Amino acid sequence: MPLRLLKQGLLGGEREPRFFPEQGELRDRYDVVIIGGGGHGLACAHYLAKEHGITNVAVLEQGYLGGGNTGRNTTIIRSNYLTPEGVRFYDASLQLFKGLSEELDINLFYSTRGHYTLAHSDEALRTMRWRAEVNRHHGVDSRVVGPEAVAADVPGIDLECGGNHPVMGALYHAPGAVARHDAVAWGYGRAAASRGVEIHQQTRVTGIRTAGGRVTGVNTDRGAVDCDAVVSMVAGSTPRITAMVDLPTPIEIYPLQACVTEPVKPFLDTIVVSGSLHVYVSQSSRGELVMGAAVDPYSLHSTRSSFEFVEGLADRLIDLLPFTARLRVNRQWAGMSDLTPDFAPIMGTTPLDGFYLDAGWGTWGFKATPISGQTMAATVAAGRNHELIEPFRFDRFADFQLVGEKGAASVGH
Amino acid sequence: MKVIDCPVIGTRPLSEFVYGGEVRRPPMDAAELSAVADHAFNRSGAPTLLREWWFHRPTSRWFVLERDTLSDRIERVVPPEEVAYAIPTL
Repeated sequence: MPLRLLKQGLLGGEREPRFFPEQGELRDRYDVVIIGGGGHGLACAHYLAKEHGITNVAVLEQGYLGGGNTGRNTTIIRSNYLTPEGVRFYDASLQLFKGLSEELDINLFYSTRGHYTLAHSDEALRTMRWRAEVNRHHGVDSRVVGPEAVAADVPGIDLECGGNHPVMGALYHAPGAVARHDAVAWGYGRAAASRGVEIHQQTRVTGIRTAGGRVTGVNTDRGAVDCDAVVSMVAGSTPRITAMVDLPTPIEIYPLQACVTEPVKPFLDTIVVSGSLHVYVSQSSRGELVMGAAVDPYSLHSTRSSFEFVEGLADRLIDLLPFTARLRVNRQWAGMSDLTPDFAPIMGTTPLDGFYLDAGWGTWGFKATPISGQTMAATVAAGRNHELIEPFRFDRFADFQLVGEKGAASVGH
Repeated sequence: MKVIDCPVIGTRPLSEFVYGGEVRRPPMDAAELSAVADHAFNRSGAPTLLREWWFHRPTSRWFVLERDTLSDRIERVVPPEEVAYAIPTL
Protein backbone atom coordinates (compact mmCIF):
# COMPACT_ATOMS: atom_id res chain seq x y z
CA MET A 1 0.00 0.00 0.00
CA PRO A 2 1.46 3.38 -0.87
CA LEU A 3 2.57 5.29 2.22
CA ARG A 4 0.84 8.37 0.86
CA LEU A 5 -2.50 6.61 1.15
CA LEU A 6 -1.79 5.53 4.74
CA LYS A 7 -0.66 9.02 5.67
CA GLN A 8 -3.74 10.57 4.15
CA GLY A 9 -5.97 8.06 5.92
CA LEU A 10 -4.44 8.75 9.32
CA LEU A 11 -3.59 12.43 9.11
CA GLY A 12 -5.93 13.75 6.46
CA GLY A 13 -4.30 16.38 4.29
CA GLU A 14 -4.67 17.29 0.66
CA ARG A 15 -7.54 15.59 -1.08
CA GLU A 16 -7.17 14.05 -4.49
CA PRO A 17 -8.42 16.50 -7.10
CA ARG A 18 -11.89 15.60 -8.39
CA PHE A 19 -11.96 14.09 -11.87
CA PHE A 20 -14.79 16.41 -12.83
CA PRO A 21 -15.73 19.71 -11.15
CA GLU A 22 -18.97 19.90 -9.16
CA GLN A 23 -21.93 20.28 -11.42
CA GLY A 24 -23.57 23.70 -11.08
CA GLU A 25 -26.73 25.17 -12.54
CA LEU A 26 -27.17 25.50 -16.28
CA ARG A 27 -26.20 28.88 -17.70
CA ASP A 28 -28.73 30.89 -19.73
CA ARG A 29 -26.62 30.73 -22.83
CA TYR A 30 -23.85 28.63 -24.44
CA ASP A 31 -22.12 28.97 -27.77
CA VAL A 32 -22.42 25.23 -28.38
CA VAL A 33 -24.61 22.60 -26.74
CA ILE A 34 -23.51 19.01 -27.25
CA ILE A 35 -26.21 16.43 -26.62
CA GLY A 36 -24.71 13.18 -25.37
CA GLY A 37 -21.91 12.67 -22.84
CA GLY A 38 -20.34 9.62 -24.39
CA GLY A 39 -16.93 9.35 -26.00
CA HIS A 40 -17.95 11.26 -29.12
CA GLY A 41 -19.61 14.14 -27.25
CA LEU A 42 -16.81 14.59 -24.75
CA ALA A 43 -14.15 14.31 -27.47
CA CYS A 44 -15.94 16.98 -29.49
CA ALA A 45 -16.05 19.25 -26.42
CA HIS A 46 -12.34 18.66 -25.82
CA TYR A 47 -11.31 19.52 -29.39
CA LEU A 48 -13.67 22.54 -29.53
CA ALA A 49 -11.90 23.93 -26.48
CA LYS A 50 -8.37 22.85 -27.34
CA GLU A 51 -8.16 23.41 -31.08
CA HIS A 52 -10.75 26.14 -31.67
CA GLY A 53 -10.79 28.08 -28.40
CA ILE A 54 -14.55 27.57 -28.01
CA THR A 55 -15.04 26.94 -24.29
CA ASN A 56 -18.56 28.24 -23.66
CA VAL A 57 -19.80 24.72 -24.27
CA ALA A 58 -22.21 22.47 -22.40
CA VAL A 59 -22.32 18.70 -22.72
CA LEU A 60 -25.78 17.46 -21.72
CA GLU A 61 -26.11 13.80 -20.81
CA GLN A 62 -29.39 12.17 -19.83
CA GLY A 63 -27.68 9.38 -17.85
CA TYR A 64 -24.08 9.20 -16.74
CA LEU A 65 -20.85 9.75 -18.68
CA GLY A 66 -19.97 6.93 -21.03
CA GLY A 67 -23.00 4.93 -19.91
CA GLY A 68 -24.39 4.43 -23.40
CA ASN A 69 -22.67 2.71 -26.27
CA THR A 70 -19.25 4.03 -25.16
CA GLY A 71 -19.37 1.60 -22.25
CA ARG A 72 -21.14 -1.20 -24.11
CA ASN A 73 -18.94 -1.89 -27.13
CA THR A 74 -16.29 -4.59 -27.41
CA THR A 75 -13.50 -1.93 -27.56
CA ILE A 76 -11.98 -2.96 -30.90
CA ILE A 77 -10.01 -0.33 -32.81
CA ARG A 78 -9.03 -0.97 -36.44
CA SER A 79 -8.90 0.77 -39.81
CA ASN A 80 -9.12 -2.12 -42.31
CA TYR A 81 -12.24 -0.80 -44.00
CA LEU A 82 -13.46 -1.33 -47.54
CA THR A 83 -13.99 2.15 -49.01
CA PRO A 84 -11.19 4.72 -49.43
CA GLU A 85 -13.35 7.23 -47.51
CA GLY A 86 -13.73 4.81 -44.62
CA VAL A 87 -10.08 3.75 -44.54
CA ARG A 88 -8.83 7.36 -44.45
CA PHE A 89 -11.29 8.29 -41.72
CA TYR A 90 -10.80 5.32 -39.41
CA ASP A 91 -7.04 5.32 -39.87
CA ALA A 92 -6.88 8.97 -38.79
CA SER A 93 -8.76 7.83 -35.69
CA LEU A 94 -6.37 4.97 -35.00
CA GLN A 95 -3.41 7.37 -35.27
CA LEU A 96 -5.03 9.70 -32.73
CA PHE A 97 -5.71 6.75 -30.41
CA LYS A 98 -2.00 5.86 -30.31
CA GLY A 99 -1.05 9.16 -28.66
CA LEU A 100 -4.20 9.58 -26.64
CA SER A 101 -3.03 8.21 -23.28
CA GLU A 102 -0.29 10.86 -23.33
CA GLU A 103 -2.53 13.65 -24.51
CA LEU A 104 -5.26 12.98 -21.95
CA ASP A 105 -2.86 11.90 -19.17
CA ILE A 106 -4.86 8.77 -18.43
CA ASN A 107 -3.94 5.15 -19.04
CA LEU A 108 -6.27 3.91 -21.78
CA PHE A 109 -4.66 0.45 -21.74
CA TYR A 110 -4.30 0.86 -25.50
CA SER A 111 -3.07 -2.53 -26.62
CA THR A 112 -2.09 -3.36 -30.20
CA ARG A 113 -3.13 -6.97 -30.75
CA GLY A 114 -3.40 -7.68 -34.46
CA HIS A 115 -6.77 -8.43 -36.00
CA TYR A 116 -7.82 -11.46 -38.04
CA THR A 117 -10.97 -11.38 -40.17
CA LEU A 118 -11.54 -14.99 -41.17
CA ALA A 119 -12.78 -16.03 -44.60
CA HIS A 120 -14.73 -19.27 -44.90
CA SER A 121 -15.60 -19.01 -48.59
CA ASP A 122 -14.13 -17.87 -51.91
CA GLU A 123 -16.46 -14.87 -51.87
CA ALA A 124 -15.26 -13.80 -48.44
CA LEU A 125 -11.63 -14.27 -49.44
CA ARG A 126 -12.21 -12.07 -52.47
CA THR A 127 -13.55 -9.29 -50.23
CA MET A 128 -10.47 -9.69 -48.00
CA ARG A 129 -8.16 -9.23 -51.01
CA TRP A 130 -10.14 -6.17 -52.03
CA ARG A 131 -9.88 -4.71 -48.52
CA ALA A 132 -6.16 -5.49 -48.35
CA GLU A 133 -5.53 -3.66 -51.63
CA VAL A 134 -7.57 -0.59 -50.65
CA ASN A 135 -5.91 -0.56 -47.22
CA ARG A 136 -2.37 -0.77 -48.56
CA HIS A 137 -3.10 1.93 -51.12
CA HIS A 138 -3.84 4.21 -48.17
CA GLY A 139 -0.81 3.10 -46.17
CA VAL A 140 -2.73 0.80 -43.81
CA ASP A 141 -1.03 -2.44 -42.85
CA SER A 142 -3.38 -5.23 -44.04
CA ARG A 143 -2.63 -8.43 -45.86
CA VAL A 144 -4.30 -11.69 -46.78
CA VAL A 145 -2.83 -14.71 -45.01
CA GLY A 146 -3.41 -18.44 -45.23
CA PRO A 147 -5.00 -20.74 -42.65
CA GLU A 148 -1.60 -21.77 -41.26
CA ALA A 149 -0.86 -18.18 -40.17
CA VAL A 150 -4.21 -18.07 -38.38
CA ALA A 151 -3.50 -21.39 -36.65
CA ALA A 152 -0.10 -20.13 -35.48
CA ASP A 153 -1.60 -17.03 -33.85
CA VAL A 154 -4.87 -18.41 -32.51
CA PRO A 155 -4.24 -21.31 -30.13
CA GLY A 156 -7.04 -23.83 -29.96
CA ILE A 157 -8.70 -22.85 -33.21
CA ASP A 158 -10.40 -25.57 -35.26
CA LEU A 159 -9.54 -24.57 -38.83
CA GLU A 160 -12.24 -26.92 -40.11
CA CYS A 161 -14.81 -25.23 -37.84
CA GLY A 162 -16.48 -28.53 -37.08
CA GLY A 163 -16.19 -29.52 -40.74
CA ASN A 164 -18.97 -27.13 -41.72
CA HIS A 165 -17.13 -24.00 -42.84
CA PRO A 166 -13.34 -24.44 -42.98
CA VAL A 167 -11.14 -21.35 -42.69
CA MET A 168 -9.72 -20.62 -46.15
CA GLY A 169 -7.68 -17.59 -45.17
CA ALA A 170 -7.94 -14.30 -43.38
CA LEU A 171 -7.36 -10.59 -43.62
CA TYR A 172 -4.62 -9.76 -41.12
CA HIS A 173 -4.53 -6.20 -39.84
CA ALA A 174 -1.51 -5.73 -37.58
CA PRO A 175 -2.55 -2.36 -36.04
CA GLY A 176 -5.85 -3.78 -34.73
CA ALA A 177 -6.10 -2.86 -31.04
CA VAL A 178 -8.27 -2.77 -27.96
CA ALA A 179 -8.54 -0.01 -25.33
CA ARG A 180 -10.37 0.67 -22.10
CA HIS A 181 -13.50 2.37 -23.39
CA ASP A 182 -14.71 4.11 -20.20
CA ALA A 183 -11.33 5.75 -19.77
CA VAL A 184 -11.62 7.29 -23.24
CA ALA A 185 -14.81 9.08 -22.17
CA TRP A 186 -13.40 10.05 -18.75
CA GLY A 187 -10.13 11.29 -20.22
CA TYR A 188 -11.83 13.46 -22.83
CA GLY A 189 -14.33 14.69 -20.23
CA ARG A 190 -11.63 15.70 -17.75
CA ALA A 191 -9.58 17.43 -20.45
CA ALA A 192 -12.64 19.34 -21.70
CA ALA A 193 -13.74 20.32 -18.19
CA SER A 194 -10.23 21.59 -17.38
CA ARG A 195 -10.62 24.07 -20.25
CA GLY A 196 -13.95 25.35 -18.99
CA VAL A 197 -16.46 23.10 -20.73
CA GLU A 198 -19.50 22.36 -18.54
CA ILE A 199 -20.62 18.76 -18.25
CA HIS A 200 -24.17 18.21 -17.00
CA GLN A 201 -25.18 14.64 -16.27
CA GLN A 202 -28.76 13.55 -15.65
CA THR A 203 -29.88 16.39 -17.88
CA ARG A 204 -32.27 15.27 -20.57
CA VAL A 205 -32.93 17.37 -23.66
CA THR A 206 -36.70 17.55 -24.17
CA GLY A 207 -36.88 19.87 -27.17
CA ILE A 208 -34.85 21.97 -29.60
CA ARG A 209 -35.99 25.53 -30.29
CA THR A 210 -35.65 27.02 -33.76
CA ALA A 211 -36.48 30.35 -35.38
CA GLY A 212 -36.22 31.29 -39.05
CA GLY A 213 -34.65 27.97 -40.06
CA ARG A 214 -31.91 27.97 -37.45
CA VAL A 215 -31.33 26.64 -33.97
CA THR A 216 -31.83 29.08 -31.08
CA GLY A 217 -31.68 26.84 -28.02
CA VAL A 218 -32.63 23.64 -26.27
CA ASN A 219 -35.16 22.78 -23.56
CA THR A 220 -34.10 20.36 -20.88
CA ASP A 221 -35.70 18.83 -17.80
CA ARG A 222 -33.57 21.32 -15.82
CA GLY A 223 -34.69 24.40 -17.73
CA ALA A 224 -34.13 26.08 -21.08
CA VAL A 225 -30.85 27.38 -22.48
CA ASP A 226 -30.05 29.47 -25.54
CA CYS A 227 -27.31 28.50 -27.96
CA ASP A 228 -26.01 29.06 -31.49
CA ALA A 229 -25.23 25.46 -32.29
CA VAL A 230 -26.51 22.06 -31.20
CA VAL A 231 -24.47 18.95 -31.86
CA SER A 232 -26.36 15.68 -31.51
CA MET A 233 -23.97 12.86 -30.59
CA VAL A 234 -26.37 10.37 -29.09
CA ALA A 235 -26.00 7.21 -31.25
CA GLY A 236 -28.96 4.99 -30.31
CA SER A 237 -31.14 7.94 -29.28
CA THR A 238 -30.57 9.85 -32.53
CA PRO A 239 -34.07 9.35 -34.01
CA ARG A 240 -35.61 10.83 -30.85
CA ILE A 241 -33.47 13.97 -31.27
CA THR A 242 -34.02 14.33 -35.03
CA ALA A 243 -37.76 13.91 -34.43
CA MET A 244 -37.60 17.07 -32.27
CA VAL A 245 -36.58 19.07 -35.35
CA ASP A 246 -38.68 17.08 -37.87
CA LEU A 247 -35.64 15.83 -39.74
CA PRO A 248 -36.26 12.52 -41.53
CA THR A 249 -33.25 10.17 -41.45
CA PRO A 250 -32.49 6.64 -42.68
CA ILE A 251 -31.45 5.58 -39.16
CA GLU A 252 -33.02 2.49 -37.60
CA ILE A 253 -32.27 1.26 -34.08
CA TYR A 254 -31.30 -2.37 -33.51
CA PRO A 255 -30.03 -3.83 -30.22
CA LEU A 256 -26.45 -5.11 -30.41
CA GLN A 257 -25.56 -7.61 -27.74
CA ALA A 258 -22.25 -8.70 -26.27
CA CYS A 259 -21.03 -10.90 -23.44
CA VAL A 260 -17.92 -11.95 -21.53
CA THR A 261 -16.88 -15.32 -20.17
CA GLU A 262 -15.29 -15.96 -16.82
CA PRO A 263 -11.63 -14.93 -16.77
CA VAL A 264 -9.02 -17.47 -17.87
CA LYS A 265 -5.24 -17.39 -18.24
CA PRO A 266 -4.03 -15.23 -21.13
CA PHE A 267 -3.91 -17.32 -24.30
CA LEU A 268 -5.43 -15.20 -27.05
CA ASP A 269 -3.31 -12.24 -28.04
CA THR A 270 -5.13 -11.31 -31.23
CA ILE A 271 -8.63 -10.23 -32.09
CA VAL A 272 -10.53 -12.82 -34.16
CA VAL A 273 -13.56 -11.99 -36.27
CA SER A 274 -15.63 -14.26 -38.44
CA GLY A 275 -18.29 -12.64 -40.56
CA SER A 276 -19.67 -15.98 -41.69
CA LEU A 277 -19.93 -17.36 -38.16
CA HIS A 278 -21.28 -14.02 -36.89
CA VAL A 279 -18.80 -13.90 -34.02
CA TYR A 280 -15.91 -11.76 -32.84
CA VAL A 281 -13.75 -12.50 -29.86
CA SER A 282 -10.78 -11.02 -28.02
CA GLN A 283 -9.33 -11.56 -24.57
CA SER A 284 -9.44 -8.64 -22.16
CA SER A 285 -6.56 -7.70 -19.86
CA ARG A 286 -8.58 -9.30 -17.06
CA GLY A 287 -8.63 -12.59 -18.97
CA GLU A 288 -12.29 -12.63 -19.98
CA LEU A 289 -13.22 -13.50 -23.54
CA VAL A 290 -15.11 -10.48 -24.87
CA MET A 291 -17.54 -11.62 -27.53
CA GLY A 292 -20.13 -10.15 -29.81
CA ALA A 293 -22.23 -11.14 -32.78
CA ALA A 294 -24.55 -9.51 -35.29
CA VAL A 295 -27.32 -7.11 -34.30
CA ASP A 296 -30.67 -8.48 -33.14
CA PRO A 297 -33.04 -9.71 -35.87
CA TYR A 298 -35.47 -6.81 -35.60
CA SER A 299 -35.60 -3.13 -34.70
CA LEU A 300 -36.13 -2.25 -31.01
CA HIS A 301 -35.43 0.66 -28.65
CA SER A 302 -34.17 -1.39 -25.74
CA THR A 303 -30.98 -2.58 -24.08
CA ARG A 304 -32.45 -5.88 -22.93
CA SER A 305 -30.40 -9.05 -23.38
CA SER A 306 -31.74 -12.32 -24.74
CA PHE A 307 -31.00 -15.98 -24.25
CA GLU A 308 -31.23 -16.50 -28.03
CA PHE A 309 -28.14 -14.32 -28.44
CA VAL A 310 -25.93 -16.31 -26.06
CA GLU A 311 -27.27 -19.61 -27.38
CA GLY A 312 -26.55 -18.67 -31.01
CA LEU A 313 -23.15 -17.18 -30.23
CA ALA A 314 -22.03 -20.18 -28.17
CA ASP A 315 -23.17 -22.55 -30.90
CA ARG A 316 -20.92 -20.85 -33.46
CA LEU A 317 -18.02 -20.06 -31.13
CA ILE A 318 -17.68 -23.73 -30.22
CA ASP A 319 -17.23 -24.51 -33.93
CA LEU A 320 -14.36 -22.02 -34.04
CA LEU A 321 -12.72 -22.54 -30.62
CA PRO A 322 -13.98 -25.93 -29.37
CA PHE A 323 -12.38 -25.68 -25.91
CA THR A 324 -14.53 -22.63 -25.07
CA ALA A 325 -17.38 -25.10 -24.49
CA ARG A 326 -15.99 -25.41 -20.97
CA LEU A 327 -16.20 -21.68 -20.23
CA ARG A 328 -19.14 -20.05 -18.52
CA VAL A 329 -20.65 -16.75 -19.56
CA ASN A 330 -20.22 -14.19 -16.81
CA ARG A 331 -22.20 -11.19 -18.06
CA GLN A 332 -24.17 -10.11 -21.07
CA TRP A 333 -25.52 -6.72 -22.07
CA ALA A 334 -26.76 -4.75 -25.05
CA GLY A 335 -26.54 -1.32 -26.62
CA MET A 336 -28.81 0.42 -29.11
CA SER A 337 -27.02 0.71 -32.43
CA ASP A 338 -28.14 3.29 -34.95
CA LEU A 339 -27.77 1.56 -38.30
CA THR A 340 -27.64 3.29 -41.68
CA PRO A 341 -28.42 1.70 -45.08
CA ASP A 342 -24.78 1.89 -46.26
CA PHE A 343 -23.09 1.09 -42.91
CA ALA A 344 -21.29 4.43 -42.87
CA PRO A 345 -21.96 7.22 -40.35
CA ILE A 346 -23.95 10.42 -40.94
CA MET A 347 -21.89 13.43 -39.92
CA GLY A 348 -21.76 17.19 -40.15
CA THR A 349 -24.17 19.93 -41.17
CA THR A 350 -27.89 19.34 -41.71
CA PRO A 351 -30.62 21.28 -43.55
CA LEU A 352 -31.31 23.06 -40.23
CA ASP A 353 -28.74 25.83 -39.62
CA GLY A 354 -26.80 25.33 -36.42
CA PHE A 355 -27.92 21.73 -36.00
CA TYR A 356 -25.06 19.26 -36.45
CA LEU A 357 -25.40 15.52 -36.52
CA ASP A 358 -22.89 12.85 -35.52
CA ALA A 359 -24.87 9.65 -35.88
CA GLY A 360 -25.31 6.41 -37.73
CA TRP A 361 -22.64 4.76 -35.62
CA GLY A 362 -24.27 1.36 -35.80
CA THR A 363 -21.75 -1.22 -34.69
CA TRP A 364 -18.60 0.77 -35.57
CA GLY A 365 -18.63 3.88 -33.36
CA PHE A 366 -16.07 3.36 -30.59
CA LYS A 367 -13.02 3.21 -32.85
CA ALA A 368 -14.06 6.52 -34.40
CA THR A 369 -14.27 8.40 -31.09
CA PRO A 370 -11.16 10.62 -31.43
CA ILE A 371 -11.55 11.50 -35.10
CA SER A 372 -15.29 12.11 -34.76
CA GLY A 373 -14.66 14.51 -31.93
CA GLN A 374 -11.93 16.30 -33.84
CA THR A 375 -13.71 16.57 -37.19
CA MET A 376 -17.06 17.50 -35.67
CA ALA A 377 -15.37 20.22 -33.60
CA ALA A 378 -13.75 21.58 -36.78
CA THR A 379 -17.11 21.37 -38.56
CA VAL A 380 -18.93 23.29 -35.82
CA ALA A 381 -16.16 25.91 -35.60
CA ALA A 382 -16.13 26.51 -39.37
CA GLY A 383 -19.84 26.00 -40.04
CA ARG A 384 -19.07 23.59 -42.86
CA ASN A 385 -18.08 19.95 -43.10
CA HIS A 386 -14.50 18.93 -42.42
CA GLU A 387 -12.95 17.38 -45.52
CA LEU A 388 -12.60 13.91 -43.90
CA ILE A 389 -16.33 13.66 -43.14
CA GLU A 390 -17.66 15.19 -46.36
CA PRO A 391 -18.35 11.70 -47.82
CA PHE A 392 -20.54 10.98 -44.76
CA ARG A 393 -22.68 14.10 -45.22
CA PHE A 394 -26.36 14.11 -44.27
CA ASP A 395 -27.71 14.65 -47.80
CA ARG A 396 -25.78 11.82 -49.48
CA PHE A 397 -28.92 9.67 -49.46
CA ALA A 398 -30.97 12.28 -51.33
CA ASP A 399 -28.15 12.36 -53.93
CA PHE A 400 -27.79 8.55 -54.03
CA GLN A 401 -24.08 9.00 -53.16
CA LEU A 402 -23.83 6.18 -50.65
CA VAL A 403 -20.58 4.96 -49.04
CA GLY A 404 -20.97 1.17 -49.25
CA GLU A 405 -19.15 -0.04 -46.16
CA LYS A 406 -21.22 -3.15 -45.52
CA GLY A 407 -18.40 -5.54 -46.42
CA ALA A 408 -16.15 -4.26 -43.64
CA ALA A 409 -18.26 -2.51 -41.01
CA SER A 410 -19.13 -5.45 -38.80
CA VAL A 411 -20.31 -9.03 -38.88
CA GLY A 412 -23.35 -10.80 -40.15
CA HIS A 413 -25.41 -8.23 -41.97
CA MET B 1 -41.03 -17.11 -25.73
CA LYS B 2 -42.78 -14.42 -27.72
CA VAL B 3 -45.76 -15.68 -29.72
CA ILE B 4 -47.87 -14.07 -32.41
CA ASP B 5 -51.52 -14.92 -32.93
CA CYS B 6 -52.01 -14.75 -36.70
CA PRO B 7 -55.07 -15.42 -38.84
CA VAL B 8 -55.03 -18.73 -40.76
CA ILE B 9 -51.81 -20.06 -39.18
CA GLY B 10 -52.81 -19.58 -35.54
CA THR B 11 -50.49 -18.84 -32.63
CA ARG B 12 -46.84 -19.20 -33.64
CA PRO B 13 -43.50 -18.36 -31.94
CA LEU B 14 -41.74 -15.20 -33.11
CA SER B 15 -38.62 -17.23 -33.92
CA GLU B 16 -40.47 -18.68 -36.94
CA PHE B 17 -40.76 -15.20 -38.44
CA VAL B 18 -38.28 -13.09 -40.40
CA TYR B 19 -38.38 -9.33 -39.97
CA GLY B 20 -39.28 -7.49 -43.18
CA GLY B 21 -39.02 -3.88 -42.01
CA GLU B 22 -41.37 -0.94 -41.87
CA VAL B 23 -44.42 -0.79 -44.15
CA ARG B 24 -43.87 2.21 -46.42
CA ARG B 25 -46.03 3.04 -49.39
CA PRO B 26 -43.92 3.67 -52.52
CA PRO B 27 -44.32 6.98 -54.33
CA MET B 28 -46.76 6.64 -57.22
CA ASP B 29 -46.79 7.83 -60.82
CA ALA B 30 -43.89 9.94 -62.02
CA ALA B 31 -42.41 10.64 -58.60
CA GLU B 32 -39.73 13.22 -57.92
CA LEU B 33 -36.26 11.78 -57.34
CA SER B 34 -36.31 13.15 -53.79
CA ALA B 35 -39.51 11.19 -53.10
CA VAL B 36 -37.84 8.04 -54.40
CA ALA B 37 -34.82 8.61 -52.17
CA ASP B 38 -37.10 9.28 -49.20
CA HIS B 39 -38.92 6.02 -49.85
CA ALA B 40 -35.73 4.02 -50.42
CA PHE B 41 -33.79 5.20 -47.39
CA ASN B 42 -35.70 7.14 -44.73
CA ARG B 43 -37.38 5.27 -41.89
CA SER B 44 -39.47 5.97 -38.81
CA GLY B 45 -36.53 5.55 -36.46
CA ALA B 46 -38.01 7.04 -33.27
CA PRO B 47 -39.95 4.82 -30.85
CA THR B 48 -43.51 4.48 -32.08
CA LEU B 49 -46.33 2.07 -32.89
CA LEU B 50 -44.99 0.81 -36.19
CA ARG B 51 -46.56 -1.22 -39.00
CA GLU B 52 -44.04 -3.84 -40.12
CA TRP B 53 -43.75 -6.74 -42.53
CA TRP B 54 -43.11 -10.14 -40.96
CA PHE B 55 -42.52 -13.29 -43.02
CA HIS B 56 -43.58 -16.64 -41.59
CA ARG B 57 -40.93 -19.03 -42.90
CA PRO B 58 -42.70 -22.40 -42.48
CA THR B 59 -45.79 -21.29 -44.42
CA SER B 60 -44.19 -18.62 -46.68
CA ARG B 61 -46.87 -16.12 -45.66
CA TRP B 62 -46.36 -12.40 -45.16
CA PHE B 63 -48.13 -10.55 -42.36
CA VAL B 64 -48.35 -6.91 -41.36
CA LEU B 65 -48.09 -6.44 -37.61
CA GLU B 66 -48.47 -3.33 -35.50
CA ARG B 67 -45.67 -3.34 -32.92
CA ASP B 68 -44.57 -0.85 -30.28
CA THR B 69 -40.84 -0.47 -30.97
CA LEU B 70 -40.18 0.77 -27.42
CA SER B 71 -41.98 -1.91 -25.39
CA ASP B 72 -41.70 -4.64 -28.06
CA ARG B 73 -45.43 -5.37 -27.64
CA ILE B 74 -47.24 -6.64 -30.73
CA GLU B 75 -50.57 -4.83 -30.66
CA ARG B 76 -52.39 -6.50 -33.55
CA VAL B 77 -52.20 -8.20 -36.93
CA VAL B 78 -53.28 -5.70 -39.58
CA PRO B 79 -55.74 -7.14 -42.14
CA PRO B 80 -54.42 -6.92 -45.73
CA GLU B 81 -57.24 -4.64 -46.87
CA GLU B 82 -55.99 -1.95 -44.47
CA VAL B 83 -52.55 -1.78 -46.11
CA ALA B 84 -53.47 -2.69 -49.70
CA TYR B 85 -53.51 0.06 -52.31
CA ALA B 86 -54.24 0.21 -56.04
CA ILE B 87 -51.22 0.16 -58.34
CA PRO B 88 -51.75 2.61 -61.18
CA THR B 89 -52.09 0.91 -64.55
CA LEU B 90 -50.23 2.14 -67.59
